[in-house]
Amino acid sequence: MNASTLPLSSLRIALVGNPNCGKTALFNLLTGGRQKVANYAGVTVERKEGRFTAPSGRVLHVLDLPGTYSFDANSPDEQITHDVCRGTHPGEPAPDLIVCVADATNLRLHLRFVLEVKRLGRPVLLALNMMDTARRRGIAIDVAELQRRLGVPVVETVAVKRSGAQALIARVDGEVPMAAPLQPDDAASRADLHAQVRELLTASVRMPRATALLDDAIDRWALHPVFGLAILAVLMFLIFQAVFSWAAPLMDGIQAGMTAFGGWLTQALPAGSALHSLLNDGIFAGLGAVLVFLPQILILFLFILILEESGYLPRAAFLLDRMMFKAGLTGRAFIPLLSSFACAVPGIMAARSITDPRDRLTTILVAPLMTCSARLPVYTLLIAAFIPRRHVIFGLFNLQGIVLFTLYLLGIVSALVVASVIKRLRRDKSEHALLMELPAYRMPQLRDVALGLWQRTVIFLRRVGGIILSLTVLLWFLSSFPGAPAGATEPAIDFSLAGRLGHAMHYLFAPIGFNWQICIALVPGLAAREVAVSALGTVYAMSGSDSALVSQLGTVIAQQWSLATALSLLAWYVFAPQCMSTLAVIRRETNSWRYVAISAGYMFALAYAASLLTYQIARLLT
Amino acid sequence: MRLSNLPKGAPAVVDRVDDAHPSDPIAQRLRDLGFVDGEPVRVMAIGPMGGDPLLIQIGSTRFALRRSEAARVAVRPEAA
Repeated sequence: MNASTLPLSSLRIALVGNPNCGKTALFNLLTGGRQKVANYAGVTVERKEGRFTAPSGRVLHVLDLPGTYSFDANSPDEQITHDVCRGTHPGEPAPDLIVCVADATNLRLHLRFVLEVKRLGRPVLLALNMMDTARRRGIAIDVAELQRRLGVPVVETVAVKRSGAQALIARVDGEVPMAAPLQPDDAASRADLHAQVRELLTASVRMPRATALLDDAIDRWALHPVFGLAILAVLMFLIFQAVFSWAAPLMDGIQAGMTAFGGWLTQALPAGSALHSLLNDGIFAGLGAVLVFLPQILILFLFILILEESGYLPRAAFLLDRMMFKAGLTGRAFIPLLSSFACAVPGIMAARSITDPRDRLTTILVAPLMTCSARLPVYTLLIAAFIPRRHVIFGLFNLQGIVLFTLYLLGIVSALVVASVIKRLRRDKSEHALLMELPAYRMPQLRDVALGLWQRTVIFLRRVGGIILSLTVLLWFLSSFPGAPAGATEPAIDFSLAGRLGHAMHYLFAPIGFNWQICIALVPGLAAREVAVSALGTVYAMSGSDSALVSQLGTVIAQQWSLATALSLLAWYVFAPQCMSTLAVIRRETNSWRYVAISAGYMFALAYAASLLTYQIARLLT
Repeated sequence: MRLSNLPKGAPAVVDRVDDAHPSDPIAQRLRDLGFVDGEPVRVMAIGPMGGDPLLIQIGSTRFALRRSEAARVAVRPEAA
C-alpha cells in the first residue's frame, strides 16, 4: 500500500461508523474525554472535538461524529456526519484521515458503511472495535486478508480497555494512508456494496453463530409478551423503592452534618445580626434543604446507568412501542424521552436523531413532561413529609415508593396524552418509523458507572454552589428588606419585597391551595426546580424564630400544610412550568419563540388545572 | 410473502424491499441496513401489545420494526 511520505506535525482525524459501535468510547480513550457513552444507538448527536499528542509528538485533533448507517442522511445528526466527511460542514475542513469504527461482532452490517466511506476518495483507516467480545464469541477475523481485500489499513481496538487503542495510536502516528479513488454514488453502485460485503466476509470472517447464545436466552424472557412486561414493571418498581429505602440513612447523615456545621459556623456570630441570618436562614436552611437529596439522585442514576450500559433500554422501548405508536410518537423518540428523566435539556437535544421534523417537534414539546432529576427533591420532600412510611401489599412495598412511582408514571402518561392531542390537532396521518437496532447485551463496566455517578455529583454540586446558592442569597435579601416597622407583631418577612410578592401572587394561587410561602418559592423555582425546595427552606427559616429549623424543612411543612396543599403542589410539579434552561434549549433547537411560548403556556395551564383538581378533590375527601 | 406475515421463528430469505410510495426513505434505509436479496431473515419476537412491533434478525443484527415497515420487505420462506 502506498502512503504519503510527508511527515505531518498535526493531523485531523474523524471517527465515523454505524451507531453504537463504540466511537465515543474510543474518543474518550484517545483524548481522555468524558463524553457520554451507553449501549444503544444515537447517544452522540453533536460533533465533539478533542486532541492528544502521539508518541512521535504529532498532535492529533480527533472529531467524534454521530453514528449513521449510511450517507443517505435522513436526520439532523446524520447530516453532520455526512457534511464533515465530505468537507462541506461550515467552518470545518475535511478531515485528513477518516477512522471508520466497526463492531467486530457485527461486520455484515458495519462493513457496508466502511465501503461507502471509502468511496469518498479520502484517506481511510478501519478500526475493528470490540475485538475482545468477538474473540470470546469465537469469531475469527483474518485481519491481514481483510486489509488486503479492503485496500485500507485495518487495526484492532478494544475501546473499553485502557490499552485498547494502542494499535490505532501507532497507526495514526505513522504515515497517512493513500486515499482510494473517488467513486460515484448512485443507486446501482450502492446495491452493489452488499455483494462486496458478502465477498469480504466469506474470505476473511468465520462466525460460529450469528448472535451470542446468552443474548438469545435473555431476550426469550426479556421480550416475552407476558414475562417481558412483568420484568419491566418489577424493575421500575424496585428502582423507586430503592430511591426511598436505601437513601434514608445517607440523607440523615448529610442532614446531621449540615446542622452541626451550620451551628458551629454561626455560634460565634451574634444571634440577631444580618450575617447570622444570612448564613443560618439563607444558606444553611436553603442549600441544606437541597443537598440532602444527593443520595436519592445518585441511587436513581445508578440504576439508569446500569440499564443504559447493559443494553436493556432499547428492549424496554420494544415492549412499550405500541403505546408510543398510538400517541403518534416515532419509536426514535424513546431515547430523547428517556434522557429527559435526567434533564430535559439533553433530552431535547437528543431529539436531533429524529428524522421527521414534525415528529421531532412533538418530541421536543413533550420531553419536559418526563420527570427530570431536578423535580426529585420537590417530590421526595413532600412525600417524606406527608405520605406515611407504611408497607402495603403484603408488606412488600413502601407506600412512599409507590407514590413516587405514580408521579413518574403520571408524567409519562401525560406526555403520551399531549402527544396524541398534538397529532389530532395536526390531523397527522403520516407514518412514524421505528427501525431501531437492539444492541447485544453487555456487562456494565464498573469504571463507566462510577464515572457517570461522579459526573452527576459534580453537576448537582455545581448547581447547588452556583445557581441555587446565588438565588438563595438573592431570596434572603428580598425576604429581609425592607425590614419590619417598629412595633410590628408579624414576622419581618411579611413586610419584605418577597413577602409582598408572595401575598400578591397568593390571589392567583389560593384556589389551588398554595399559601404565600409556596408562591414565593415558585418564582426562583422557574430558574431551576430544586430551588423551590431551597427557597421554601429560606422562607420558612425567615418567618419562624426557631433557629433549630435548619434542614428540618420536612417537619415544618408537615405541621403547617394540609394534605390537600401538599398533593396539589405535587401535581403542580408533575407539569411544573419549565425552567429557563429548558425554554432556552427549545428556542435554540426549534429556532422559534412560538414553540417556546406554546410549550411554556400549555405546561402552565396543565399544572394549574391539575393542581386545582387535586386540591379541590382532596379537600372534599379529607 | 411479506416479512410482516412471517410466523415467529420460521426461516426465510429476503427477496426485495418495495417502496410504499415514490422515493420512500424507509425502504431505502431498510436496503442500507442489509435487507437485500438472499439475506436470511427471521422473526425473533413479537411485541406484547397488539403484536407490534416485530423483532427481526438479519445477519447478526436485531432490529425492531413496526409492522408497516416490515410489510415493505418481501420474503421467501425456506424449509427449516
